[in-house]
Amino acid sequence: MNIDKYEIVIGLEVHAELKTNTKIFCNCTTKFGGEPNTHVCPVCLGLPGVLPVLNKKVVDFAIIAGLALDCEIAEYSKFDRKNYYYPDLPKNFQTSQYDLPICLNGYLDINVDGETKRIGITRIHMEEDAGKLVHGGETISSSDFSLVDYNRTGVPLLEIVSEPDMRSPLEARAYLEQLKAVLEYTEVSDCKMQEGSLRCDANISIMPKGSSVFGTRTEIKNLNSFRALQRALEYEILRQAEVVEEGGTVIQETRTWDDAKGITLPLRSKEEAHDYRYFPEPDLLPLVISRDWVERIKKTLPELPQARKERLIKEYGLPEYDAGIITGSKALADYFASCVNIYPEAKTISNWLMGDLTRLLNAGEKEITDSPITPEMLVEMLQLLDKGTISGKIAKTVFEEMFETGKRAEEIVKEKGLVQISDQASLEKMVDEVIGANPKSVEDYRAGKEKAIGFLVGQVMKLSKGKANPGLVNTMLREKMK
Amino acid sequence: MAISVKDVEHVALLARLELSDEEKNMYTEQLNTILGYMEKLKELDTAGVPPTAHVLPIHNVLREDVERPSMDREKVLQNAPYREDGQFRVPKIV
Repeated sequence: MNIDKYEIVIGLEVHAELKTNTKIFCNCTTKFGGEPNTHVCPVCLGLPGVLPVLNKKVVDFAIIAGLALDCEIAEYSKFDRKNYYYPDLPKNFQTSQYDLPICLNGYLDINVDGETKRIGITRIHMEEDAGKLVHGGETISSSDFSLVDYNRTGVPLLEIVSEPDMRSPLEARAYLEQLKAVLEYTEVSDCKMQEGSLRCDANISIMPKGSSVFGTRTEIKNLNSFRALQRALEYEILRQAEVVEEGGTVIQETRTWDDAKGITLPLRSKEEAHDYRYFPEPDLLPLVISRDWVERIKKTLPELPQARKERLIKEYGLPEYDAGIITGSKALADYFASCVNIYPEAKTISNWLMGDLTRLLNAGEKEITDSPITPEMLVEMLQLLDKGTISGKIAKTVFEEMFETGKRAEEIVKEKGLVQISDQASLEKMVDEVIGANPKSVEDYRAGKEKAIGFLVGQVMKLSKGKANPGLVNTMLREKMK
Repeated sequence: MAISVKDVEHVALLARLELSDEEKNMYTEQLNTILGYMEKLKELDTAGVPPTAHVLPIHNVLREDVERPSMDREKVLQNAPYREDGQFRVPKIV
C-alpha cells in the first residue's frame, strides 16, 4: 500500500506529574508507591464537606513550564469540574481547568534530520491525577471486579496540549523527547515514563496530500515509551490508510496500544462519557497571576536544553549531533559537565557517553543517575589510556568490567594484568611470529598494498590478547618488512 | 430550548440514576420550568459583562507545599461495602 499520498497529522496530549511534596489540593504526600490507600485523606477521597486548597508550588511549576515553552501566562485562571463516572475518581469528577487554563499559545522547537521545526502548544492546564485500578481479570472488560488504590488521586498534573503540527511519527517522538528534556531541566517533573509520571496520548488522522481538511482522528492511549509512541503511530497510519483504501471511513474513537501485539485496539467506550458537563469548581477560588509573580519566576528559569546544546557546540566544539544527544537528557548533560570539568577532551567523553556507556545502561535497563561508573572513574580510565597503560581495545573491556563491578580502572587493570605491552623486546617475538605465518600479506605490503599492514597489526593484537601497543606494533612491522 | 424526555434519560444515565416513567415526566416538566426562567434572564443585555465563575471578591487562596500525615487506612476503608488487600473492591466497570 502506498501511504506516500497521504499527509499525516498528529497532535499530542502529554500529562506530567509534578515534583511537589504534596498533592494539588491537600497535604498528602505524592510519593510513588506505598501501601495502597495510605496516602489519602478526606480531601483527596472527596468525602462530603471538605474544602480543597490549591498548592502554591503547583502554580509556580505551571508558570515555570509555561515560560519554558514560550506560553502566555494567563492573568486570570480558574478550575472546573470535569464530570464522569469512573471508579478511579472518588468524587465522580476530576478537578481540572476548562476554558481558562493557566498557559496558552506556546511552542517547542524540535529537530528532525537536521531540520528545525516549530510545534505549537495550544495550552497547559493544571489538574489532579486519578487513582490506580487493578482489574480482577486479564482486561478491564473480562473482569468481574476491580481494586482501587487512591494514593495517586490528587497528585498534581500538567496537561500539555500541542497543536496538530506534527507530520510524522518521528516528529511526534522528537517532540515528546524534547518536551521531556524541558520538563527535566526545569525540574518540574521527574518524567519517569515507566512509573507513569510522564504519559502521552496521541491524536492522529490522515488526509490526501495537498488537502487542507483534516481527516477523522483517532486518539491512542497507553503510550508508555518513546518507542511505543512511534510504533503505535506507524501502525495507526497503516490501519487508517487501509480503511480509506478499502472505501471505508475512519471512525472517531479512542484506541489503546497493545505493545506486546504491536497493534492498536478500540477501547470499549464509557457510554456517552464524552459529555463531561464542565462547570466552574465552586470550592476553589480563581487565580489572579500578577506580572510580578511571572517576572519573579522568569528570573529563576534554568538553562534550557536548546541553549545548553548551543553552548556545548560553542564552548566544547562538539558536533551538533553529539550536543543534541547529550543535552537530550539533563542527567546525561550534567554527567558530561562533570567529566569536562576534569578532563579537556570533550569529544572523547562524548564518544564514550553516547557509545559504550549508553549501550551498557540500556542493556542493564539503568538510568544514567544509577551508573556504577562515575564521571571521575571514566576520566581516570581515559587518563590510563592517554598514558599508554592500556590500549583502546583493552579500555573497552576495562570499561565493561567497571560497569559490572563498580571498581576503578586501575584496580581492574592490575587484577587482570591488562597493562599494555609497550616494550619492544616482548613484542618482537610476536611480530616475528606473525610475519612468519603470513607470507602473503607481507608480500602484499612490500608490493605497496597499505591495507595489508592493518591485517598484520590485527594479528599481533590477537596474539597479545589485545595487550600490545598497536602504534608500536605498526612501527615495528614496517621496520622489519623494509 | 425545551427539554425532552430523551434529554432527561441522557442526563439520568450520566448521573447513574434509574428513573421510572413517572419520574422522567416529572423531571422533564420541572427542568423545563427552570430553563424557562433562564429564557427570561436571557432578555437582559449582558454584552460587555464577563461571565461570572465566582461571586466572592477573593482570589489566590493557596497553601504551602508541606506534607501532613494522611488518614489511617482502617478509617479510609471503613465505609467501603467491599474491600480486598487494603483496596476498595468495585463491581465490573465496563
